[in-house]
Amino acid sequence: MRIGAVTFPGTLDDVDTVRAIRHAGAEAVELWHGDADLRGVDAVILPGGFSYGDYLRAGAIARFAPVMERVIEAARGGMPVLGICNGFQVLCEAGLLPGALVRNHKLHFVCRDQWLRVERATTAWTGRYEPGAEILVPVKNGEGAYMAAERELDELEGEGRVVFRYLEENPNGSRRDIAGICDDTGRIVGLMPHPEHAVDALTGPSDDGLGIFLSAMDSFVKGAA
Amino acid sequence: MARVVVDVMPKPEILDPQGQAVANALPRLGFGGVRDVRQGKHFELDVDDSVDDDTLDKIAEGFLSNPVIEDYVVRRVEP
Repeated sequence: MRIGAVTFPGTLDDVDTVRAIRHAGAEAVELWHGDADLRGVDAVILPGGFSYGDYLRAGAIARFAPVMERVIEAARGGMPVLGICNGFQVLCEAGLLPGALVRNHKLHFVCRDQWLRVERATTAWTGRYEPGAEILVPVKNGEGAYMAAERELDELEGEGRVVFRYLEENPNGSRRDIAGICDDTGRIVGLMPHPEHAVDALTGPSDDGLGIFLSAMDSFVKGAA
Repeated sequence: MARVVVDVMPKPEILDPQGQAVANALPRLGFGGVRDVRQGKHFELDVDDSVDDDTLDKIAEGFLSNPVIEDYVVRRVEP
């Protein structure tokens, strides 16, 4: 399986994302913001960082990068897409996921290990987890508060589209402690915390994040079968 | 050429922690009586006369603001 990791100017976590993809046993394909095609990948990850310096709004300019035209097209065609942190912000700005990420409620950039609950284990990116599993992964953001209209939040909850929720202290003021959501097919997922930094106990707080990448491979095998 | 101003503000129901931080700092600086502060963005665009209001609206709604969290106002002003 070939999983692409997109690098925009200002992306920081593409290297760890590529490493996590390889650690899971998939082939990592490095994609560039100016690329006009997705080089035959089976899934795409938009990693974290500060694409285009977060100018205007986080993710607002990355959304118009040439490679995003292909990503949006592929996502609408059913390709699994994962947005991590800044990648989540890009997916929201692109309209592939509802809502928006705004400045943390206490204005601080928060960087720490964070417990999450996997609320939905039937997406293309979470199939490896037990429903309700509690995982420990780093969170690091300044604009990570998830916002949407109350009606939209009710809809997300009602349709089981809240994929991850913060446990213990909510780091950024996200509505309803939401850490990650998915689209109505479960193939497009966005989350603020960083599973790619938690794939090996040597370099992260746990290897709890590895399941995200293994899940993508499972869903690819299932799709091919 | 025309000068166009676009003001983008967080929607009233969206928490504005930056505005709140400014509001909280004012009494410490000795300025009383300011009850609330909201912080937004102010854009100044110099546009050709061929750019119509409809286009300006698209720019403001589709790019300069995020309609999920922000409202915008477009004004043509004297250059």
